[in-house]
Amino acid sequence: MRELKLMKGNEAIAEAAIRAGVDGYFGYPITPQSEVMETLMALRPWDSTGMVVLQAESETASINMVYGGAGCGKRVMTSSSSPGVSLMQEGLTYLAGAELPCVVVNVVRGGPGLGTIQPAQSDYFQTVKGGGHGDYKLITLAPASVQEMADFVELSFDLAFKYRNPVMILSDGVIGQMMEKVELSEQKPRWTAEYIEENHTWATTGKKANREKNIITSVQLEASVQEAFNHKLQAKYRSVEENEVRYEEVMCDDADYIIVAYGSSARICQKSIEIAREKGIKVGMFRPITLYPFPTEQLMKRAKQVKGMLSVEMSAGQMVEDVKLAVECSIPVEHFGRFGGSVHSPGEVVEALEQKLIGGDK
Amino acid sequence: MSDINTIIKPENIVYKRTDVLSDNDLSYCPGCGHGTVHKLIAEVIEEMGIQDTTIGIAPVGCSVLAYNYLEIDWQQAAHGRAPALATAVKRLMPEKNVFSYQGDGDLAAIGTAETIHACNRGENIVMIFINNGIYGMTGGQMAPTTLPGMAASTCPHGRDVSHDGEPIKISEILAQLPGTCYVTRQSVHTAGNVRKTKKALRKAFENQAANKGTSLVEVVSNCNSGWKMTPIKSNEWMEENMFPYYPLGDIKNEE
Amino acid sequence: MAKAKGAIVVDTVKCKGCGVCTTVCPTKVIELATEVNGKGYHYAYMANPDACIGCSNCGIICPDTCITVYRAKAGATA
Repeated sequence: MRELKLMKGNEAIAEAAIRAGVDGYFGYPITPQSEVMETLMALRPWDSTGMVVLQAESETASINMVYGGAGCGKRVMTSSSSPGVSLMQEGLTYLAGAELPCVVVNVVRGGPGLGTIQPAQSDYFQTVKGGGHGDYKLITLAPASVQEMADFVELSFDLAFKYRNPVMILSDGVIGQMMEKVELSEQKPRWTAEYIEENHTWATTGKKANREKNIITSVQLEASVQEAFNHKLQAKYRSVEENEVRYEEVMCDDADYIIVAYGSSARICQKSIEIAREKGIKVGMFRPITLYPFPTEQLMKRAKQVKGMLSVEMSAGQMVEDVKLAVECSIPVEHFGRFGGSVHSPGEVVEALEQKLIGGDK
Repeated sequence: MSDINTIIKPENIVYKRTDVLSDNDLSYCPGCGHGTVHKLIAEVIEEMGIQDTTIGIAPVGCSVLAYNYLEIDWQQAAHGRAPALATAVKRLMPEKNVFSYQGDGDLAAIGTAETIHACNRGENIVMIFINNGIYGMTGGQMAPTTLPGMAASTCPHGRDVSHDGEPIKISEILAQLPGTCYVTRQSVHTAGNVRKTKKALRKAFENQAANKGTSLVEVVSNCNSGWKMTPIKSNEWMEENMFPYYPLGDIKNEE
Repeated sequence: MAKAKGAIVVDTVKCKGCGVCTTVCPTKVIELATEVNGKGYHYAYMANPDACIGCSNCGIICPDTCITVYRAKAGATA
């Protein structure tokens, strides 16, 4: 029987990181995710697993420490919230360009600018459409519970190393701050230096006489070389899109309408579909778990069955664009969401569904 | 000439290229001090027998391709972030030898925060700082270390300190921090100075081996393309103009 | 006339003709060639070989590390 604990989403990230055998965490305080580093510092994993935990001078430094650690083939991560993640965009594009595996957690708050410390989902574009410069992608997982906050840490590292690519856990202030029961996994050992040298032959572990030097870089001076490298990256992303789509469907099989929602919005919408069904409206919920790769094909399948989709997000309408693209505008797709730190109620979602889709149907 | 041929024999070699340097031609301009400092690092690595445990962090700037020239493992950093990378590499692999190699724009402008905080934490790393008072790679713009009155493409009438401030003496600032154990300023424009710089680099790597904290070796160097002078003239100009503002010698040396 | 005790070999392909070696040679052995190498540089050469004492100054200062320095052991060239 695995260990059960009542904890905040942010604390679950920290606990899971230690138990997954993560080598290093580098961070900078920002609400509403400061509990991640606070928990790590309180637990002192350097004494138990040897994990390095360091408070950096800025998010810029944090993400570049992650770059340094990832270049050594170590499992390293950082966490922040929206304004801090904006500051990390430079580092993220370098990580993607140097093909380095790492995990970044964004506990999203309302923006733009300094914004508010209240929860939001308005960093969707920044995360899945780039954020930094150049043609790159972040594999993006969206947890909808404290349990998933914990589970996605190890999953993210698996994906990061499988594809040599940064992975983003795109959470929000609700999931980060709320407390739920979590089943924690067993303590796993950190990778040994020998394991890293054997399995991550690209890592800068010191040039042995029997191999060429390893260079971690994103510089390609020749345009033709850069283009060839970008083709390689694109091939990797196609492989990610083919193999790593994750999603959950709730009561979709008989649905006339589907609510598309991720993260804490999906938690809210779970109640919304109950309310709607009590009113006799057959509504299902489609929850993308990976925001990149987006479950495009699966949504298209559902589009053939339903009369419309409502993208519910705590933003002015970001994921809705991907839903429209997924269904190729074959059915009406609308957006609803409170944003700027406000959170929609389950009832508001049902009202929006009635007004924007069912009303329009009549 | 037969006399010469009796001398040119393997057993008579007193100076040759170290194998830690790669065969690649350096991308630097003729006479640029970068090449000399690269060579000294390579020689120190060879003499200390640490080629298989040394990880270099290359910056953005003329030495962005430093990894092409030394046969060690390298990471290339975003502009100014080399100390952050070096921090993580050293903390995660404390048994390795880690150094950053940075220019003045990288270390003393865009990366000032990373520089100061790595030194303040006393990261057990070596920081090698090439100060030529100009942005060489981008075509000779004003640097944080450009001298008062010195012309650059973004201060074509000379640096006006009332407008741009005084050049920053970053090494003196870093020497104030308790985390630094060794801060020195050297040059590579004469044979004697090259030998002194090599000793300084050796000391810096030995400090790392002894867990003493951050060692910073500043090398005041030339940029003959950016300064628009011949290599020999630029070295003379450096002596006359750079050294009075950036005097050579140890700024801090904790035993 | 003094017997040469040292000698240098310049990698004339790598040499960029910066001339820094000429300034550190205590016995004025090195000059830049009038002809150029494949890169178009006037490479360094031993213009006055008899004067070379094998001090290594040129070798250690050369930014492109393209000078190998030799010095005969005492009496070896006699």
